[in-house]
Amino acid sequence: MRFFVRRAIFYLVTAWAAVTINFVIPRLMPGDPVAALLARSQGRIDSSAEDAIRVLFGLDKDVSIWQQYVDYWGLLLHGNLGISFMNFPTPVIQVIQQSLPWTVGLVGIATVISFIIGTLIGTGIGWRRGTWADSLLPISTFFSAVPYFWLGLIAIALFSVTLGWFPTNGSYDRSMLPVFTPEFIGSVIRYGTLPAFTVVISSIAGWILGMRNMMVTVSSEDYVTVAQAKGLSERRVVFGYAARNAILPQVSSFALSLGFIVGGTLIMEMVFSYQGIGFLLYQAVSNHDYPLMQGCFLVITFAVLLANIAADFVYAALDPRTRQEG
Amino acid sequence: MTVDTTLTTTPAVVVPARAGRGTRLLFLRNAKALTGIGILVFFAILAVVGPWIAPMDPDALSSAILAPPSGAHWLGTDHLGKDILSQIIVGTRGVMIVGFVAGILATAVGVVVGVTAGFIGGAGDEVLSAASNIFLVIPQLPLIIIIAGQLPSAGGLTVAAVIAFTGWAWGARVLRAQTLSLRKRDFVEAARANGESTRRIVLAEILPNLTAIIAAGFVGTVTFAVLSQITLAFIGVTSVSDWNWGTILFWAQQNQALARGAWWWFAPAGLCIAFLGMGLTLINFGIDEFVNPRLRSTGLNARALRRRGIRPRIGFTPVVHEAEEDRA
Repeated sequence: MRFFVRRAIFYLVTAWAAVTINFVIPRLMPGDPVAALLARSQGRIDSSAEDAIRVLFGLDKDVSIWQQYVDYWGLLLHGNLGISFMNFPTPVIQVIQQSLPWTVGLVGIATVISFIIGTLIGTGIGWRRGTWADSLLPISTFFSAVPYFWLGLIAIALFSVTLGWFPTNGSYDRSMLPVFTPEFIGSVIRYGTLPAFTVVISSIAGWILGMRNMMVTVSSEDYVTVAQAKGLSERRVVFGYAARNAILPQVSSFALSLGFIVGGTLIMEMVFSYQGIGFLLYQAVSNHDYPLMQGCFLVITFAVLLANIAADFVYAALDPRTRQEG
Repeated sequence: MTVDTTLTTTPAVVVPARAGRGTRLLFLRNAKALTGIGILVFFAILAVVGPWIAPMDPDALSSAILAPPSGAHWLGTDHLGKDILSQIIVGTRGVMIVGFVAGILATAVGVVVGVTAGFIGGAGDEVLSAASNIFLVIPQLPLIIIIAGQLPSAGGLTVAAVIAFTGWAWGARVLRAQTLSLRKRDFVEAARANGESTRRIVLAEILPNLTAIIAAGFVGTVTFAVLSQITLAFIGVTSVSDWNWGTILFWAQQNQALARGAWWWFAPAGLCIAFLGMGLTLINFGIDEFVNPRLRSTGLNARALRRRGIRPRIGFTPVVHEAEEDRA
């Protein structure tokens, strides 16, 4: 239980830190972009919305910083992230709600595929080291050094513009209504394949490498030798003894690299104009929509925290040592 | 791209504080490290002399609009007839400066936080490692984007500082783990028993043993900084008038280079990023293999065995006379 209590405390502190960073950043900025914006949009923003923005961005200078902080939490706990400038007068939280499922779907599926395939390939390479399989390493290194978005550009140029297999951007056929019909789902899959494929290609190298290195380390352990000596089939030894132990660091690094993957996927959405939260963040940045930017950051961070919690549960299920009392 | 986790899983290996000539050369004899250093040096030279050797002014307009590569413009031109090769050469400096400044700043913070946390232990350690874990979990890129997006003007060094602010945690975490294990070693105990000051123990006994890890962390941070900076430039958060490889891609994207089939506009910049990134990653592989001899010997051994027609399998130790030499 101690493991879970410690992790729970850690996530609470992290959530608090994320909110606090979000509170502090606009207040540290030189100049006052939001004040300038408010001045420019005189009358377009009604007074109650303006009050919320003032609280969110620290423009109410007559109140102490501590009072600002308390007010800020008050707004957040009511689910109020302010009003989006860009989609005025829609609340930020609603705008984000519309795009969040797209990102979760795309990132989730692509990451799981990448993790599974990468770990399997890594197992193979680590086990059969010194064969042709080792030459996969430099190739995957190259792909991991390429920025996500550039790979996306190349994929669009190749598969969409030249070959015409997939649409160049968007997340479904705009002529369809977003309802759950087979045609619509088919369209979503058709539009999502290329972004997902690019995410898999560029994130798989890390999994391959991590698993390969762990396999190399684990396979010289005594229990693997014993398993081999008992005459167990190669398959049993690889999956039941070596890979089973080598995968633990993979799961814990999964949690750590998630922030990285999410960052990459956000960029991918910008390249493909995929209507997820990354594209939203992109639009918010180019339109100087500060409340939306802040809101996107908070939601992304909380999503990553949730995924981390999930990874912790998986880790606890895989590694009995974490479940020990005391 | 995923964070390389090799270092954390590496059993603590103590590198002798004053490595002899042999050990130093060992690192340089590593083919991966050499290739990586070669690539890095190439781009570093380009960054220094770039503006002088660029064939033309990257901002100079010409009548050749969106022209494919030719004798006059080796990498073609953009929508205003600007020479793309010159943009890439001139842009190298911005990429390298931001990468290295961010790398140095982040490594400095990481060393201070990590070594302090590992060395003092107790409550201070709890606080410092909680702080670095928090920064590890919070997604970095969105954080960089919202900070840079709210800055009134995001120039190169500002971006480097922002990247360093978000990117120090990985190094701190790895260094803390290693310091923790070093702190209990006999030579540190001996130094303490000799009455050496804490300052001296940290600077003379602990830090030299962390060199490889610090170097690996530095190289990793530079990679991260280069990618982040180019990504920021690509999405137009930072100034689009300073040339770097991301800016080229920004203009290419803004002007539908893809749809117009202008591959020479976005392909070379991306390849440069990839080669620089690959060079840095290779250096890190070299450092990893230097620190963790297991990774080094397995590939070589297996290859040497295969040459003798022995299939390397787990669980048996082949007795091969010459195998020692191949270990190098």
